[in-house]
Amino acid sequence: MTVADETRVATHSPRSADTEVTLDVRGLRMRYGQVDVLDGVDLTARRGEVVALLGPNGVGKTTTIEILEGFRMRSAGEVSVLGVDPAHGDEDWRSRLGIVLQSWRDHGKWKVGELLAHMGGYYQPHSTPLRPRPRDVTELLARVGLSEHAEKRVNSLSGGQRRRLDVAIGIVGRPELLFLDEPTAGFDPEARREFHDVVHNLADFEDTTILLSTHDLDEAEKLADRILILAGGRIVAEGSPDELARRVSRESEVHWSIDGERYVHATSDVTGFVRGLFAEYGDDVADLDIRRATLEDTYMTLVQRHESGEADDIDTTSFEEE
Amino acid sequence: MNPRVHAIRLALRRGWIEFRQSFTSPQDLWNYFGFSLVFLFVLMFQRPFLDGADMPGIAGTSLSYLAVTVPGVVAMLLVTGSVLSTAQFLTAEREDGTLLRAKAMPRGMTGYMGGKVLCVSAMTLLSMLVFLVPSILVFDGLPSGDTSGLLVLLWSVPLGILATMPLGAILGSLLPSPRAAMGVTVLPLMVVCLISGVFFPIDVMPEAVQVLAQVFPVYWLAMSMRSAFLPDALASVEIGESWRHLEAAGVLGAWAVAGLLIAPFVLRRMARRESGAVVEQRRHKAMQRVA
Repeated sequence: MTVADETRVATHSPRSADTEVTLDVRGLRMRYGQVDVLDGVDLTARRGEVVALLGPNGVGKTTTIEILEGFRMRSAGEVSVLGVDPAHGDEDWRSRLGIVLQSWRDHGKWKVGELLAHMGGYYQPHSTPLRPRPRDVTELLARVGLSEHAEKRVNSLSGGQRRRLDVAIGIVGRPELLFLDEPTAGFDPEARREFHDVVHNLADFEDTTILLSTHDLDEAEKLADRILILAGGRIVAEGSPDELARRVSRESEVHWSIDGERYVHATSDVTGFVRGLFAEYGDDVADLDIRRATLEDTYMTLVQRHESGEADDIDTTSFEEE
Repeated sequence: MNPRVHAIRLALRRGWIEFRQSFTSPQDLWNYFGFSLVFLFVLMFQRPFLDGADMPGIAGTSLSYLAVTVPGVVAMLLVTGSVLSTAQFLTAEREDGTLLRAKAMPRGMTGYMGGKVLCVSAMTLLSMLVFLVPSILVFDGLPSGDTSGLLVLLWSVPLGILATMPLGAILGSLLPSPRAAMGVTVLPLMVVCLISGVFFPIDVMPEAVQVLAQVFPVYWLAMSMRSAFLPDALASVEIGESWRHLEAAGVLGAWAVAGLLIAPFVLRRMARRESGAVVEQRRHKAMQRVA
């Protein structure tokens, strides 16, 4: 687990630009009556990339994902999902997608293994040598940790188990592109870690592109190669977790004390400031601590601005440059 | 592999799995067989008073008034089963997300709808048998023993299901919840059954009501059932004093054609509107209702 996490951190940089683009959205708009829920969303994802759509509840994450899934018509914009406009996607196109829904009690009377086998059946005519469909049910159950529940009825599963079954159904057709809408809502930490392993494996070993929506920053940080922050109907910030944290605030806080008295100074040139500090006070400088703005700071600032109704005034330029 | 044939095979499997599951759920069993059991109980309760060797038969036969109502109730069970169950399942499974799940799969809707039609048809037939078999055992002279009756069953029962199930699908698509489906459907259905001569001969009704009743499938289905189970002498109490099979096939056929033309359109429109957000909203509402 820890090893997997470390290799993951190393690959957080965006992949080479010539990799196949599986998801391409430009100027996506969604208008309900007089309100623009989505006001010009742009996003792309390449093969094998994990992209997180991060934002507070009710900001339009689900709407965005449902437009891409072909479940909802958009008001305007260009959308290409696996090279196809989802408004005109056929059954063959659908067979290449995996969708993890926010379910609650469907198929309650079905046995876990039975349901998974039945759902897999729909993908059988779409099997290719490169992507044999569907997946083996026994293997898949083991992968999501439901082996011993195969004979149980779906309505006897716990919330977390049910969610893992949703994920299993989402990937039973070995999708090229997987949509995860708030995938780990209701997971305990253990289940969450196992789920993260499943996602990493899909992206790393099967080249599955994954678009997940979440309001949980920690989750986005752990899972995603790239995070898109959605606020005010637009993507207001985009980048790897590290990039985002660095972009948001170029200033860091330097804390130190001299003779027991504490000082704080904010600066964008930490190295220069600290060099000056030592040149002046030398050995008297104690308790030196440099705090760089974390991704959480970034995110919280954005969300607060959005929620206090200043969404339109967000200075996006500070995120787009560099 | 032909994807369409494959989807039909999946629908068959789905229908079979759901059919088996129905027997493990008391709720489902009651939904399907509740009416059968209630009417069976009413029939058996009345029998000591209305049926017996000392009672006069109807139209010169040995059959009592009570025995003669049996075929009509069988027809009614067919209609309630195929309209109510279909409407209820569609609304309930829209609410719980089953339909959305089907929509997310390639040809999932074909599998879902096909499976549902098979399962509901099979359970509706069973609900008719649950009422019919004990009735036949109890009443002498039912059925009349005519083989032509079997032939009538062979075309009228499937045609009756085809004429009524699309109606259930249309109602299930238009109504917002299983509660609404029950509330809106049951009463009109009962009224139609009442004026269609299911419980008593239609000739006690005013002429205008008789004409109206003949617009709906229930009267024709009930008449076909009577012709299948009762001796031909009883045709004399029907409108036109004969078993009007041609007219029955015509009216039921017209309902079937109209239903099969409209239902796919309404179903497709309903399915198109399904999305996670909509299911989530409905879930929220249902939860509030529970709380």
